[in-house]
Amino acid sequence: MNSETLNTLDSYSKNKYKYGFVTEIDSEKPKKGLDEDTIRFISLKKNEPDWMLEWRLKAFSKWKKMKEPKWANLNFPEIDYQDIYYYSAPKGFDKKPKDLSEVDPKLIETYNKLGIPLEEQKVLAGVAVDVVFDSVSVATTYKGELEKLGIIFCSIGEAIQKHPDLIKKYLGSVIPAGDHSFSALNSAVFTDGSFVYIPEGVKCPMELSTYFRINAENTGQFERTLIIADKGSYVSYLEGCTAPKRDDNQLHAANVELIAFEDAEIKYSTVQNWYPGDEDGIGGIYNFVTKRGLCAGKNSKISWTQVETGSAITWKYPSCILKGDNSIGEFYSVAITNNFQQADTGTKMTHIGKNTKSKIISKGISLGKSQNTYRGEVSFLRKADKARNYTQCDSLLVGNQCGAHTVPYIDSKNNTAVIEHEASTSKINEDQLYYCRQRGLSHEEAVSLIVNGFCKQVLQELPMEFAVEAQKLVSISLEGSVG
Amino acid sequence: MFLEIKDLSVKIENKNILKRLNLNINKGEVHAIMGPNGSGKSTLANVLAGKEDYEILNGRINFKDNDLFDLNIEERAQEGMFLAFQYPVEIPGVNITPFLHSAINSKRKRMNEEEIDNLSFAKLLKSKANDLGINIDMLKRSVNTGFSGGEKKRYEILQMSILNPDLAILDETDSGLDIDALKIVTDGVNKLKTNDNSFLIITHYQKLLNYIKPDYVHVMVNGSIVKSGGSEIAAEIEKDGFQKFQ
Repeated sequence: MNSETLNTLDSYSKNKYKYGFVTEIDSEKPKKGLDEDTIRFISLKKNEPDWMLEWRLKAFSKWKKMKEPKWANLNFPEIDYQDIYYYSAPKGFDKKPKDLSEVDPKLIETYNKLGIPLEEQKVLAGVAVDVVFDSVSVATTYKGELEKLGIIFCSIGEAIQKHPDLIKKYLGSVIPAGDHSFSALNSAVFTDGSFVYIPEGVKCPMELSTYFRINAENTGQFERTLIIADKGSYVSYLEGCTAPKRDDNQLHAANVELIAFEDAEIKYSTVQNWYPGDEDGIGGIYNFVTKRGLCAGKNSKISWTQVETGSAITWKYPSCILKGDNSIGEFYSVAITNNFQQADTGTKMTHIGKNTKSKIISKGISLGKSQNTYRGEVSFLRKADKARNYTQCDSLLVGNQCGAHTVPYIDSKNNTAVIEHEASTSKINEDQLYYCRQRGLSHEEAVSLIVNGFCKQVLQELPMEFAVEAQKLVSISLEGSVG
Repeated sequence: MFLEIKDLSVKIENKNILKRLNLNINKGEVHAIMGPNGSGKSTLANVLAGKEDYEILNGRINFKDNDLFDLNIEERAQEGMFLAFQYPVEIPGVNITPFLHSAINSKRKRMNEEEIDNLSFAKLLKSKANDLGINIDMLKRSVNTGFSGGEKKRYEILQMSILNPDLAILDETDSGLDIDALKIVTDGVNKLKTNDNSFLIITHYQKLLNYIKPDYVHVMVNGSIVKSGGSEIAAEIEKDGFQKFQ
């Protein structure tokens, strides 16, 4: 690697985070730390029915007996669960505002700064947005229009109030509270998130989107999202996240459950841009996320697409349980780590039904002193006749102090399964850079172009409205210039 | 003087490649450099383009009133230097249209010219591709990815005709081309040729010079130019090889 490349890389790692501002707004919090009182406080604040509180307390008692999963290739000091606020809401949020005129203008300004305009007329055509600020949902746009089709799109808090039957039946049905310690923690203290129900035969006409923002200091965000696609329905859902720059690490432990019934399809896309910490590895979000989809019915399909550029630590494995015959699970991932970021991400595809198919495309890009791991598990149970998996893992190293790791597990109990696995690791190619620059592109433009090209297979899976944003984000993560 | 190379000595990894090389090119001229393998022809092309693996031991290069060593790779390109590569590299996932669009605009920016918009650029690209007999479908593919040797070379010429350089260096563009591809490539060069631009054609064989008529032919052996003259030299080499120059 020549000196100019190293200089450019050095300037990249002086990564500037565009969303690092703090909104000065009074917030209401319980005392720090986690015990039954904290959970009662949250449940009370959310005006929840008793069964919900019971559910939370049960999860809490499970959590107390559990230890964090330790198998990931991640290095971080022990999390002090008693040093975290588990709930934070802008003051005056006891009742959710009915419309935007009741929302604090500072909040609206925050989202405008983030490029998420809340006024419906300004919202990108065809995207309905739910925004979550710390622990509460601020606004959901386009609700009326969706209701006409029978689609429910609201905060999970609202769903607990208005659709208890659906919540009782499906919450925790894909990710049981006792699955592991982070899912138990989330089940005990989750504050807000989105709920989606698409009725039988309905194709949701617009992208549904949730935007998560952590603002308050020392506050964990524990969102919970549940999406149910009934028979023959279709929905595409997007999720975006940012947080202010802070020197402390903040915990984010989300649970996302998807259920697709017969012939239904759910497309779930994430652009994760939590604050990654500074160039010395100070601060940043600890992102422990459990995402799991159940292809419950025949011919159902669940497709995860993620662009992970933020967080000091990412621990995340969006998975599919392919129970229905002929069901399909897909996972497309771009994970970029810079400076001291660590990512351990991948997927789990569990083939249960006959003729089930899964496809995994993972692109890891490591810069600076970061560590980037793909971890995947593909398993075929005994009855999964003629199931197939295709896995492709590509890693790109930029610089010589970073690491890329690939840890694929394959477990087959059915000998008709067909498994294909391809993996590659490469360094950014000096010949490609030379070629681009000879055509007049700057060194930075050339790197950004090559990396975007490397990710294209994944980026093209994103909905149009997001693809351009994601491409920009990829460039920003590399060049560190304020866009 | 348009391009002036004076007493240029260059080494790479402790090996002296170019030795006190001199070459002058005026506006509107076509020069050909011929030489056996390992004589330093490609090194010269890469040193001109600014590739960083080389150590300049001695000499200077002036290009359009610039000291070339003050400019980095992209600045040289933006000043109008184009290198058609001997082995164009594949860049998967990067489409030729935005790639060349960015390239042309970076050049325009440096020249303080207005940037060209998407639509006008798409039209320009299409018409140039048409001129060169390049299928429009080829424009939808990633840069050089999965192309045959001939396709890559045609692609280089397409890029050259879009960027319209002042000095085009063709590094063994004829190698690996069949006669039809060679005709397309050389037609492209001949179409682009004006009184305001210059060409430096590097080749091992005389074949290419049947299609592009050089004003000057130089014989390069062992890092220096040992003989210069008109196209009669090419004929001499065709007949007797490089033996007598060594």
